[in-house]
Amino acid sequence: MPLVPGDEPGRPLVELTHVEKHFGDLHVLKDINLTVNKGEVLVVVGPSGSGKSTMCRTINRLETIDSGDIRIDGKPLPQEGKELASLRAEVGMVFQSFNLFANKTILDNVTLAPVKVRHMDKKEAERLAMDLLDRVGVATQANKMPSQLSGGQQQRVAIARALAMKPKVMLFDEPTSALDPEMVNEVLDVMVELAHEGMTMICVTHEMGFARKAADRIVFMADGQILEQNTPDEFFEHPQTDRAKDFLSKILTH
Amino acid sequence: MNGFMQLLQTYDVLGAFLVNIELTLWSALFSTVLGVILVMMRISPISSLRAVAGAYVELFKNLPLTIIMVFMVLGAYAQLKLSFSDTFATNFFWLAVTGLSLYTAAFVCESLRSGINTVPIGQAEAARALGLNFMQAATQIILPQAFRGSVAPLGNTLIALLKNSTVAAAASVSTETSSLMSEMIEFRPDVIVQIFLIFALGYVILIIPIGMLTTYLSNKLAVRR
Repeated sequence: MPLVPGDEPGRPLVELTHVEKHFGDLHVLKDINLTVNKGEVLVVVGPSGSGKSTMCRTINRLETIDSGDIRIDGKPLPQEGKELASLRAEVGMVFQSFNLFANKTILDNVTLAPVKVRHMDKKEAERLAMDLLDRVGVATQANKMPSQLSGGQQQRVAIARALAMKPKVMLFDEPTSALDPEMVNEVLDVMVELAHEGMTMICVTHEMGFARKAADRIVFMADGQILEQNTPDEFFEHPQTDRAKDFLSKILTH
Repeated sequence: MNGFMQLLQTYDVLGAFLVNIELTLWSALFSTVLGVILVMMRISPISSLRAVAGAYVELFKNLPLTIIMVFMVLGAYAQLKLSFSDTFATNFFWLAVTGLSLYTAAFVCESLRSGINTVPIGQAEAARALGLNFMQAATQIILPQAFRGSVAPLGNTLIALLKNSTVAAAASVSTETSSLMSEMIEFRPDVIVQIFLIFALGYVILIIPIGMLTTYLSNKLAVRR
């Protein structure tokens, strides 16, 4: 079963045009223009407070925007209500703090949305969920509660939960930042595999190894602006702006 | 000791306590239903619903219960012709339950809201991100966790409700404990201390297990994160 429906790669799937956002006096997103094509793996890097996470969260409207336009698969992002819910169902999201539902088992975490939102048959949803949990390597934990799992396991469940909705695009908002170091790789491995399967991905991360290995394109943000977009090789070897050179020199010296 | 036995034989103390327990159970049921509706309105994305629920809670939280109970009889029944039954006692029983429920619902709502505050915002965000609508997120994720996080304040609300059920006397429920106590004091002023002790001990015996149960459930049901 392919995770990604395989029609016409290269079509624009996520389009942000002239997106602006303020938090009070703070101008957090300044004229963001970004297109992510189908099948593309985009990695967003930049210093803390540069607006990476905020931009990621605007794509499924967990953050509203002040002006500009966001389109998913050609359709403008709805303001609220049913249309917004059904759009969110097509955009998978993985959070820094996992956010597994604390009152549900691992299996129920994965089947909840397919059953409630997609009206999938319960048995079928459980088969799908077990298949996905197996892929991310936590099938044996299916009947446990989230608090009984390690951070790395929880985050892999969170990925399976998002995949169960068969999303068109996956958003990763610093998925490894809350993990103990020895658990980072088990999550990144799942993400790399997903990238190789052709999933369209937008990843906000500080994992430069992952960025080099899996990214088709690196977006560098600082102070709410996109300063550079380039292939991983070009970006890491020949950064264009001083901000990017400064950022890279600070994180790549060790 | 003789005084106690005489009192318990002459007056239906147990029956009076049963009336208060009945008032409490019905009011607990209705105030929980209303309280859940109110708290869902308070966290809903629709601002007018939030405002209505907020106004309700502020109004009923700040009104003395006696005033609500007197209004149920003199206002709701006598003026607005709200009537539950042609039987005098049944009618005033349900008027008292209505008053208690309306009043207690405000506190149930506040208790649940404190429980909702224990649910991390990420839980709601994850639900929304998966495409669940507000009702689905509320009933599947937020409220179940909020209930489990608000066992202690809900237990306190239940204890307050049981004690408040004595105010039903103000709604002309003449068979409940405080009415019976007044009656007993009127006819047996010679054993006033015993009368007082009977009712004090009766409530202590009823309420201590509620407190123990809520403490136990509060730990048992706590959401592990």
